[in-house]
Amino acid sequence: MQFAIRCQNLVKTYRGKPPVEAVKGLDLEVLPGECFGVLGPNGAGKTTTIEILEGLLAPTSGSVEVLGMSWDTQADAIRQRMGVSLQETQLSERLTVRETMQLFRSFYRSGMTVDEAIELVALSEKANAWVKNLSGGQKQRLAVATSVVGDPDILFLDEPTTGLDPTSRRQLWDIIRSFRERNKTILLTTHYMEEAERLCDRVAIVDSGRIIAIGTPRELISSLGAEHVIEFMTNSDLGSSDDGASFDWLKSLPSVDRIESDHSHHRIIAGEPHAVLPALFAELKQRDLRLANLTTRHASLEDVFVSLTGRHLNEN
Amino acid sequence: MTSNSKPLRSTALMQLTLARLREFYRQPEAVFWVYFFPILMVVALGIAFRNKPVERITVDVVSSEHAQTILDALQKDERIVAAIYAADECQQRLRTGKSDLTVAAEDEKKVGFTLDPTRPGSVLAQDLSNRMIQEAAGRSDPVPTTTSEVTEPGGRYIDFLVPGLLGMGLMGGGLWGVGFAIVDMRIRKLLKRLVATPMKKSQFLLGIMFSRLLFMVPEIILLIAFSWYFFGVQIYGSWLSIGFLVLLGAAEFSGIGLLVASRAKTMESVSGLMNLVMLPMWTLSGIFFSYERFPDIVQPVIKLLPLTPLNDSLRAVMLEGTSLIALWPQLILMFLWGAVTFAVALLVFRWND
Repeated sequence: MQFAIRCQNLVKTYRGKPPVEAVKGLDLEVLPGECFGVLGPNGAGKTTTIEILEGLLAPTSGSVEVLGMSWDTQADAIRQRMGVSLQETQLSERLTVRETMQLFRSFYRSGMTVDEAIELVALSEKANAWVKNLSGGQKQRLAVATSVVGDPDILFLDEPTTGLDPTSRRQLWDIIRSFRERNKTILLTTHYMEEAERLCDRVAIVDSGRIIAIGTPRELISSLGAEHVIEFMTNSDLGSSDDGASFDWLKSLPSVDRIESDHSHHRIIAGEPHAVLPALFAELKQRDLRLANLTTRHASLEDVFVSLTGRHLNEN
Repeated sequence: MTSNSKPLRSTALMQLTLARLREFYRQPEAVFWVYFFPILMVVALGIAFRNKPVERITVDVVSSEHAQTILDALQKDERIVAAIYAADECQQRLRTGKSDLTVAAEDEKKVGFTLDPTRPGSVLAQDLSNRMIQEAAGRSDPVPTTTSEVTEPGGRYIDFLVPGLLGMGLMGGGLWGVGFAIVDMRIRKLLKRLVATPMKKSQFLLGIMFSRLLFMVPEIILLIAFSWYFFGVQIYGSWLSIGFLVLLGAAEFSGIGLLVASRAKTMESVSGLMNLVMLPMWTLSGIFFSYERFPDIVQPVIKLLPLTPLNDSLRAVMLEGTSLIALWPQLILMFLWGAVTFAVALLVFRWND
């Protein structure tokens, strides 16, 4: 088996007036043992894509292979080796954590014991509590536990941390990492770039049903050309913004790779901030412009998304 | 880490059944309605029909010079409530259902009745009034008769009613219980989550049916025990046969429940569909009164409805002690309803949204 997941020219069009093209020709190759992230804004087609890969939706066209098998002929064999956490499943409220796990464990021929799975997601203390009485983060961990109890070779997680507080999110990341360390394949979707950067070996950035960039987080960030972002605001426009030429002085600062400007909000992508900043201050002073909200940081996947689409990941 | 040995308790079918049972018993309000509603029904109807007061027959006499003679004759029967009114008032009272019959004495030897022939009460009132008037005028019957009244257990309305309520309980329990549970799981995306596991779909549906059969046992026992203790309702046939009929009936209606809920996406749509399915059976299948009152032409259709064979065989076993062997056509019909709806439900079931 060369690929854990392979899909070619995946298309999904929902019927309707007008028809909605959720996925418009998507190719994906995920290697065994890899943690692969599908990053994109809401409505980019992430959930549709992952549900096709999970065998829950039929693609309009295109081919899908999971663990070298096809959904058409080997669905049950795939399901025995796959774990799934959907975006919005509400497990039965009046079952306890252990009862829920016993139920899910009973579907698999082999796997962990119920207690091992509960231990893995750190819910041992809540084993006898009703699902109804769990917090949001605990519910999500239980959902992940139900997906790993069959000891799957491949795990699909659709927005596993959406809506969770930072602590719960970090707990869940640890669980996902521990699974990753056992050389299992993980495919997760997220609209948090930080999540993708921290967890994933490789990331595909999707927008409007297409992959617009793919690679390791490091590769994607370095595709920006430089790895630092300097953002600042000024009290007035830097010059007439209709006239591109007025930015020339910013571009000619040392080590600057690229400039993005939106009214009084400016973003410089540069290799070495310590070279840019003194020159920037000198120029602003000379032009009698006041500086506000200056920040410098490493470039992130968010910047990659912005530079590819001109939009932010989580703006709607 | 991995283990392949599976005790019975860990099989998917067992776990699915257990999960449903636990969810049900942990909802006290659902338990109340499922188990006590049929009993409330027996109480209400049992009381309504038990100490039935002597039926009153209201007869109006049109005011005239002979009215008092007629009135005296009528009042010799204690069932008749008679009074004298003016002619137009009599007409008004008859029209609005306040009286069953109007009697007018045109002269000493001639009496006229006015009535609505579509009202059974009116027809009865005419017969009785006629007899009283004739007897008062000196008629004697050529053949003397005697009457003895029967109110033995077995032949009363409550005896007819209880098997019907058992059937109704099995129908309602199967449809509501299965239908709501499924649509609820569909709304919560739990069905979708389950089909992403290697769970066998048929086992999921069977688990729901089995749990339904198990809920029904206490309901039926309670209902039978209650009507025996308070109303003296007896079972003339074998308990084993009753048990078998209850299980078959519960299975039949869970199958129908599965089919009704197989595509519905909202509680509203499944409620509407279930009412649509149940309504004909509530009225036609002989829960509260015998379906033989309906015209001959619809009898074959009534007999094919899923509830009719259940009610018929429950009554035959409970009231007449009939053996199940003699009821084979009804049993086969119930089995077919259950099996066919289950199979169709499995085919058309909507698992994903």
